[in-house]
Amino acid sequence: MASSWGYSPAPESTDTVDIRDDYGLFIGGRFVEPSGGEYVKTINPATEEVLAAIPVADDDDVDRAVDAAGAAFKKWARLPGAERAKYIFRIARVIQERSRALAVLETMNGGKPIKESRDLDVPLAAAHFFYHAGWADKLEFAFPGRKAEPLGVAAQIIPWNFPLLMLAWKIAPALATGNTVVLKPAETTPLTALAFAAICQEVGLPPGVVNIITGAGATGAALVRHPDVHKIAFTGSTEVGKDIQRAVAGTSKKVTLELGGKAANIVFEDAPLDQAVEGIVNGIFFNQGHVCCAGSRLLVQESIAERLLDKLKRRLATLKMGDPLDKNTDLGAINSREQLSKIKTLVGVGVDEGAELYQAECDLPDRGFWFPPTIFTGVSQSHRIAREEIFGPVLSVLTFRTVEEAVQKANNTTFGLSAGVWTEKGSRILWMADHLKAGVVWANTFNRFDPASPFGGYKESGYGREGGRHGLEGYVNLT
Amino acid sequence: MSRIDVRKTYKLFIGGTFPRSESGRTYEVCDVDGHPLANAVRGSRKDVRDAVTAARKASAAWAAVTGYNRGQILYRVAEIMESRRSELIAEVTRADGKKGAEDQVDRAVDTWIWYAGWTDKTAQVMGGINPVAGPYFNITSPEPIGVVGIVAPQAPSLLGLVERLAPALCAGNAVVAIPSEVRPLVAISLAECLATSDVPHGVVNLITGLAGELVPALASHLDVDAIDVAGVAPDALTEVEVAAAENLKRIVRPEPRRSPHGVTAFMEMKTVWHPKGT
Repeated sequence: MASSWGYSPAPESTDTVDIRDDYGLFIGGRFVEPSGGEYVKTINPATEEVLAAIPVADDDDVDRAVDAAGAAFKKWARLPGAERAKYIFRIARVIQERSRALAVLETMNGGKPIKESRDLDVPLAAAHFFYHAGWADKLEFAFPGRKAEPLGVAAQIIPWNFPLLMLAWKIAPALATGNTVVLKPAETTPLTALAFAAICQEVGLPPGVVNIITGAGATGAALVRHPDVHKIAFTGSTEVGKDIQRAVAGTSKKVTLELGGKAANIVFEDAPLDQAVEGIVNGIFFNQGHVCCAGSRLLVQESIAERLLDKLKRRLATLKMGDPLDKNTDLGAINSREQLSKIKTLVGVGVDEGAELYQAECDLPDRGFWFPPTIFTGVSQSHRIAREEIFGPVLSVLTFRTVEEAVQKANNTTFGLSAGVWTEKGSRILWMADHLKAGVVWANTFNRFDPASPFGGYKESGYGREGGRHGLEGYVNLT
Repeated sequence: MSRIDVRKTYKLFIGGTFPRSESGRTYEVCDVDGHPLANAVRGSRKDVRDAVTAARKASAAWAAVTGYNRGQILYRVAEIMESRRSELIAEVTRADGKKGAEDQVDRAVDTWIWYAGWTDKTAQVMGGINPVAGPYFNITSPEPIGVVGIVAPQAPSLLGLVERLAPALCAGNAVVAIPSEVRPLVAISLAECLATSDVPHGVVNLITGLAGELVPALASHLDVDAIDVAGVAPDALTEVEVAAAENLKRIVRPEPRRSPHGVTAFMEMKTVWHPKGT
């Protein structure tokens, strides 16, 4: 940082982390070699340094994992809820005990700032297990008048943006409701999932209840198509979500999909502007914008647009980008070379289509994958940067005059995951909340998550909810 | 001289009116013993599209109707059906046979009443306040999905349709329904009840015809938000669900028994956060 007020480096120690040279697939409670003998390297996206060799599960491995989960199912489902709960509570506790190591590992493998993995990803992952543990023996109260039965083997495929947290969102409700699991972490971020596998061993979870297999798209495709899988929970792109719906068409597999987004973050002229600026920054630059519910479209009322953008640009200049392990870092590395190239392509399209580009001045490290915080102004609704998910630190700014216009523009998207509203007027907040077609509406806040709060989308952002009482429904058959 | 009776022409129900198919086609419908009863409209893909347009146009206003008001409208449907009870029984008898016809009509009427009582309770029972770990107000409540396609079972002719239609309307959706292909006539009499029950025009649209033509058009329509596959033939289910994936339509399947979950199957859960502070 050029500023004379710059911070001294404050890197988090990596001493707590013990990364092995290579890992196995976690099947039936043991780490095993992949049948095909194939491994890929996983790297630190901030340095491009190789961290470990990760096995690639082929069709035989998928069979083995689903068989192990199937074999464990009957006993696990019949275990009294109170006993199942104790295992899940144990998991929550060990995640808390290992929180620093998990946070460092998450940051090393995914590139996100340690501040976020330490204060959000890992604590929330533990909270998800703690919350759901309590449901395991109370399901009769979650669905009054109905009996909730587990489905069987749950195939769970998670993305690279919140590796451990997404794992917790998936595994905690599945276990609480009596299902067994085969989970596939993302290709670029397998390490915390494999660390979680070791936690399953440590807490004495019966073998086969949780299986973790690594690999890329082909592994996931084989897993969702496996005939002995009864439930599919997927978080990822809308395109793959549609493929999954097609793949399971005509079967009785229960599916929940948490897909893309293009959330509107709407700022009215009476909003507390300084708070709104923090909300906008948090909305789009949190986790480098690798967030499906990111507030990637800023809708600002015309009368305050100039003032707000000035404030926003000033705030941008203070964001610290760099070493994700540094405790002062606000923006870390882009997760992969592939994602960086996708962001660059769409930003290029934005410029070509005539939107005005603004980027904060910052030095990019020589190695690793980086993209500076970016704002596009003069964006129209037909621009691709207003319609497509960029999944990076890129904000598209549009303006509006009336409340009706704000709603119309906010809803003018195929997505419907989240939305933000900033205004001091209570009745307007509630009116907006009623009219926004989104599964989560944040009013005078943004990007808040909690295990008790259901999360999921409208329209092509997917279906089903994760978290809260509503999230349990995706894992049970009600009779 | 005996009086010549006036026969009824069975037509479609779109946007509150009873048009013929734009295709000008009909098909012969027989009674339970195989004797010809009437010509029903053989709706076209274009009719399905027109019905979806009518439903979309009606959906926002219907979704905004209060639960209390919507409940009264659904109750009114039951009242009108009850007043036409003998006619409906005669029609069901011709379509499904004498056995159980009376019971079927009574149950159809009672189904509307059951759901009429859920309109202003679903959000209470199925939504809730979420106790998040922070100073936030956090509430989840169900909202109508929007436009719902319903493929009614082939039998029973009246109850099969009502059991799917009523929860979708209770939830506040606008509907395009495809009634039983072989027993479609009573659905049009049901439409007459709906048309005189304060159900706003376009909230229910019924397209009779051949399932093989109509269901794929409904399942692939990009302005339909969910599809109820209760009446989709098992050998057509895969095709329908593949078509539905194009815009990620929610696939709704009948519940083993009725419950408010059968209403929220036609709804989306929305969660709203707001900070608490002084």
